[in-house]
Amino acid sequence: MKTDAYEKVKTARSNFRPTSVDYIHHIFDVFLELHGDRKFADDGAVVAGIAMLADKPVTVVAIEKGHSIKERMARSFGAPQPEGYRKALRLMKQAEKFKRPVICFIDTSGAYCGIGAEERGQGAAIAENLMEMMTLKTPVISIFVGEGGSGGALALAVADRVWMLENAVYSVISPEGCASILWKDSGRADEAAEVLKLTAQDSLNNGFIEKVISEENIDEEPFYKMIKEDLINELKVLGSKPLDELLEERYRKFRKVGQK
Amino acid sequence: MAFLNFRLQPKNELEKGGRTSALIQSDESEPEKKCPNCHRETPLSELAGNLNVCTCGYHFRMNSRQRISAMTDKGSFKEMFDDVTFSDPIGFPGYEGKIESAKNLSKEKEGVICGTATIGGEECCIFAMEPYFMMGSMGTAVGEKITALFEYATEHKMSVVGFTVSGGARMQEGLFSLLQMAKTSGAVKRHSDAGLFYLTILTDPTTGGVTASFAMEGDIILAEPSATVGFAGARVIEQTTKKPLPKGFQTSEFMMKHGFVDAIVNRQKQRTVIRHLLKVHNRREDA
Repeated sequence: MKTDAYEKVKTARSNFRPTSVDYIHHIFDVFLELHGDRKFADDGAVVAGIAMLADKPVTVVAIEKGHSIKERMARSFGAPQPEGYRKALRLMKQAEKFKRPVICFIDTSGAYCGIGAEERGQGAAIAENLMEMMTLKTPVISIFVGEGGSGGALALAVADRVWMLENAVYSVISPEGCASILWKDSGRADEAAEVLKLTAQDSLNNGFIEKVISEENIDEEPFYKMIKEDLINELKVLGSKPLDELLEERYRKFRKVGQK
Repeated sequence: MAFLNFRLQPKNELEKGGRTSALIQSDESEPEKKCPNCHRETPLSELAGNLNVCTCGYHFRMNSRQRISAMTDKGSFKEMFDDVTFSDPIGFPGYEGKIESAKNLSKEKEGVICGTATIGGEECCIFAMEPYFMMGSMGTAVGEKITALFEYATEHKMSVVGFTVSGGARMQEGLFSLLQMAKTSGAVKRHSDAGLFYLTILTDPTTGGVTASFAMEGDIILAEPSATVGFAGARVIEQTTKKPLPKGFQTSEFMMKHGFVDAIVNRQKQRTVIRHLLKVHNRREDA
């Protein structure tokens, strides 16, 4: 059985798709990458820094998978270590201090799964981001450009606006993982993808995100220009709100999920 | 001795790492429980009298009601939000059936119970997650109850004491479950920003999305001895990295060694320690 949802999963994972860094280079005028979490290491899976959006400075945080095999390995295929999340939080707090908006690009199969990641508190790092982002005193926009794998993606998605590319996916578990738990057969991932409701359209219908971005002309100038204009316009809207109203709306947006 | 070595041979890599776990079912057909640590058989009634702790110190799992009644002053627990029950937001195949069997097994309506209580006279909001209800997995009901408890605690300026047990986010509710991590974290943050005290006690097992949200957000984080505490599943890590896991990987002791747990407290001592910590932090009001 071939399903639309699983086709989207495959598209989201495709090597030929633009990755977060491509968006950064096309949308922003100047981007200065800043490294390290100031605690332990610099995680290659998270690219972050200060960029100019038109004439305004913004902080950009992105989970990057990389293109070439060598680069993908250096970036752990876009699976952040705890240091990646801590770097993200460090720069988000910096953005708060200097009153810069934060723009996140998300493309990950999930947080890094390994012995070192556990030793250095993967769970605690994600938890801290969720808490701190909820009250970060500056507008935050997160865009899912490819895969949005579970807690590892959510750790950058507690935002005022969450947008998804048309073929991006956002899920509590990978369809393969779900199928192997449910049917003891990871080969039935296509069916699992369907039941998990992981497409951008599903997320929009369920009220988890505000916008689905069309992939027409993907990776061409008009495509990036459209996203750039959307970002500029939306930041104007968010920036004009009083801070307590912005934070209350952010809280309510997540508070209402599953509320009866 | 060779015989003994053979007998104590671990069954798998996880056990070799010093990790074992056993559930206690209040099943009358099985009057005795074998300890996975010392292999001694103890009558269930005797175990219950000892807070489900074997004479060797092994902590068996404990259901949420037992735990709350063992930790709080008699008759002080007032349950809240028990009308929040499960929903099937994405119509997941077989989910309703799973919920029914979880209800039968646990005699609870959902994976956590919440309320207010006193512990040695100290008032607090309290929650205990339920290992027999789909291993305390977090769906919308669990997320909603915990969020509502924190909001209540913030409004009434109360400390929160929470016992965590969880396999993580509940897959059957899709993204609705995942987003409970953000929702609960938001409520914990507001409680924290109001200068209020939150104590977590990690019990076996605390993993996945609960570790990556409210379990790790306590001002003080305690853990029961040898409880499994981690984010990614140990088997998944083993399969992904193809490396043997270090001894004691993802146990309370491991988490304390790496700086993520404040102290490991035996179940027998928990009540005293919790009361002390509540007393220290509840004083803030009079100061």
